[in-house]
Amino acid sequence: MVTVLFFASLRERVGTSRETVPIPAPNATVSMLVESLRARDGAWAEAFAPGQAWRVAVNQRVADLATPLRAGDEVAFFPPVTGG
Amino acid sequence: MPIVRVQEADFDTGRELDALTRGRTDVGAVASFTGLVRALNDGSAVSAMTLEHYPGMTERALEDICREAHARWKLIDTLVIHRVGALRPGDRIVLVGVSSAHRGEAFAACEFIMDYLKTRAPFWKREDTPGGSRWVEARESDEQAARGWE
Repeated sequence: MVTVLFFASLRERVGTSRETVPIPAPNATVSMLVESLRARDGAWAEAFAPGQAWRVAVNQRVADLATPLRAGDEVAFFPPVTGG
Repeated sequence: MPIVRVQEADFDTGRELDALTRGRTDVGAVASFTGLVRALNDGSAVSAMTLEHYPGMTERALEDICREAHARWKLIDTLVIHRVGALRPGDRIVLVGVSSAHRGEAFAACEFIMDYLKTRAPFWKREDTPGGSRWVEARESDEQAARGWE
C-alpha cells in the first residue's frame, strides 16, 4: 500500500485529500499509479488528463513519472506551487 | 546555518533580522526580502488570502533551498519564515534574511532563495475576490527567474 495525498486545486477536483491505495504492480512507478487514478470516474480522468499541469512528490521529494514506488511510500500530487 | 519556520502567526521583521547579527562581529551584511499580500491581483480586488502547504515537505524544501544557497555563496546564516492559513491585504507572507561578510553574497543569495521558493516550495495561494474564491495560477515569469540560476 502507498499513501496518496492531494493538495490545493487538485484536492478540490478529486474531492479527497488523502487515501491509501494498493501498489498497482510489482516494480510499480508513479506512472502506473497515475494510470490507475485516471481510470476512475470523470473528475479523476479530467484531473489527470494529458496536458493537465500537476506535480508529484514521493516521500516529500520532487519526483516524476519514472520514480519507483515501494510499500509505505507517501505520494503527493499537487498543482504548480504559488507561495512567496 | 539555515533557519526555517512555517507558521500561522505573524513575525517581527526587525527582531528576526536582528537575531542574525546579535552577539557576533563577523557579519558585514544582512540582505532581506519581505513579501506581502496585495489588495489587487490580476485586475481583481483581493479581500482575503488563504495559504495552503504540504506539512513536512515544505520545511524540507525550504531547508534544501537554503543549503543550496550556502553551497553557492559564502554565507553565515539563512532565514526563511513563511506564513500559512488566513491572511489579509497588507499582511506579511514571507521573510527571507541572509547574513554574510560582504553584501554581494547576501544580495545574490536572498534573490536566489526567493526565486527557488516561488517555484519549488509546496505552498498554494487562494484569493477571495468579488467574483468568488480562486486559486492563484503559477507564473511562467517565476519559472524563468528560477531557471536563470541553473
